[in-house]
Amino acid sequence: MSVTRKEVEHIAELARLKFSEEELDNFTEQLNQILAYVQKLNELDTENVEPLSHPVEGVNAFREDKVEGSVPRKEALKNAPAKDDQFFKVPKVIGGET
Amino acid sequence: MLPYTPYSEILEKIKSGEVSLVARVENFLERIEKKKHLNAFNFIFEDAIEKAREIEAKIHSGSAGKLAGMVIAVKDVLSVKDKPTTCSSNILKNFKAIYTTTAVKKLIEEDAIIIGKTNCDEFAMGSSNENSAFGPVLNPHDNTRVPGGSSGGSAVAVAAGLCDASLGTDTGGSIRQPAAFCGVLGLKPTYGRVSRYGLTAFASSFDSIGPFANTIEDIASVLEVISGHDENDSTSSRLPVPKFSEELTFPKDRSKSSENMKIGIAEEYFGEGLKAEIKDNINQIINWLKNNEFQIVPIHLPHNEYTIAAYYVLTTAEASSNLARYDGTRYGFRAPEASSLIDMYKSSRSQAFGSEVKRRIMLGTYVLSSGYYDAYYRKAQKVRRFIKEDFDKAFNEVDVILTPTSPTTAFKIDEKSSDPLQMYLSDIYTTSANLAGIPGINIPIGKDSSGLPVGMQLLANQFEEEKLLRVSAFIQNNYLRSLK
Repeated sequence: MSVTRKEVEHIAELARLKFSEEELDNFTEQLNQILAYVQKLNELDTENVEPLSHPVEGVNAFREDKVEGSVPRKEALKNAPAKDDQFFKVPKVIGGET
Repeated sequence: MLPYTPYSEILEKIKSGEVSLVARVENFLERIEKKKHLNAFNFIFEDAIEKAREIEAKIHSGSAGKLAGMVIAVKDVLSVKDKPTTCSSNILKNFKAIYTTTAVKKLIEEDAIIIGKTNCDEFAMGSSNENSAFGPVLNPHDNTRVPGGSSGGSAVAVAAGLCDASLGTDTGGSIRQPAAFCGVLGLKPTYGRVSRYGLTAFASSFDSIGPFANTIEDIASVLEVISGHDENDSTSSRLPVPKFSEELTFPKDRSKSSENMKIGIAEEYFGEGLKAEIKDNINQIINWLKNNEFQIVPIHLPHNEYTIAAYYVLTTAEASSNLARYDGTRYGFRAPEASSLIDMYKSSRSQAFGSEVKRRIMLGTYVLSSGYYDAYYRKAQKVRRFIKEDFDKAFNEVDVILTPTSPTTAFKIDEKSSDPLQMYLSDIYTTSANLAGIPGINIPIGKDSSGLPVGMQLLANQFEEEKLLRVSAFIQNNYLRSLK
């Protein structure tokens, strides 16, 4: 399984990243190199093996369902690159490209 | 490399008035300035002197906490309220934290003094500390070499005497490998032993916060303070936290077989790629342990050769998801010229993330994308189970496992930076612990012929840090002290 440059462009779109032509070439080569190494995993028969998603299993954390305070608006807006006194500001959404 | 004085002995001298805490902190700040070329710190906390005054008064009035006056540096992925948290990334260059990491808060509550934020690989992604928007960190033993990564600054801060202890984070070896390259102790706790609240997420099912120090006593006392359940991290363990600082000695009659410790040696960790001098150093200590009545038991960890592949699939997948939040909307860098929302996301991320971070986001997005999820992500999760089961079996037979920490000593700056796969393979002995969620420690055990530190690693089963501490203390007090 190898990745084409066209696929890399698609992945970049999904990841919300953009690259120069040269970077796309580089990534295609490097991703292929890394994925070729990762093929190693296919040497193992994993049929009927339960995937392990978390290293410490079998624990669930419950808490009471009660309303608590959250980060105050002023604090939450503190690091915003653009804001008014209530909201984060972003470029126009409606009518632009999707 | 020894002797070092545990901080508890220094604290006694502060109590008696023989040592001034304020003068001590001033000395550290001067030394940080003198060693500026190492680039270990992103930010220095000038208010440390003020804190030292307050805490010195508390010490003399007998109301100070357990870590009173201990000077600690923290990796710049751990938030401290009102201070910058940059993760060594341009995307967070102007970010100031609005709350404090639980682990750091616990240190402060015990009257430790936080002296600053240490340099690291961007978002903790790297094995050499070369991927930092603040520039590379230099190895204090040889300034042409890397300190290891990603917690390079935290390792150097301790190795160069710029603080008493530091906190780093370990997702695939980022505490243990730089500790080995810099000749200090570094412990990665069990996953969930220490709350991750306030730690900037890289790979959430792998990330652990842990200490660096020059003595095992200091490692134990810091670990004891930062461990424990936290309601702000649902994955933090509710198991009771042992008094680690009192777990440093063996029962007197260790020769009784029931108290004999079994140390596992897995041949899979001594294969191709391991530098001969490191192997010699490790064999020397294995023989010494045997002569000191530890039982050396050959074991197998047959899936070790698959750890790097599984690790990079799973951690990049988690990272691509975790780093989606950096989009220029609510905090961090926003590309000024963006005209649409999507363009703002793309331009902000593309301009401000470094190349290794982008590479991992791309790989992670690919393995999670439609059509490849089962082939890569799910496959790697299944292999993760094999790796965990290898350790479960091994720990049925032995108490701890002894391995090299890294296949090489510190490599040259730029030596591996153009070859991502070679860089990834330098974590070949450390990623397994994160895949299995078990604790591990690096112990400096000597130097190679170029004078570079050599490290060994001890691994234990989940929530058995005290076994690591006890064996480490035995090695520190009996083996390392006899070397010099």
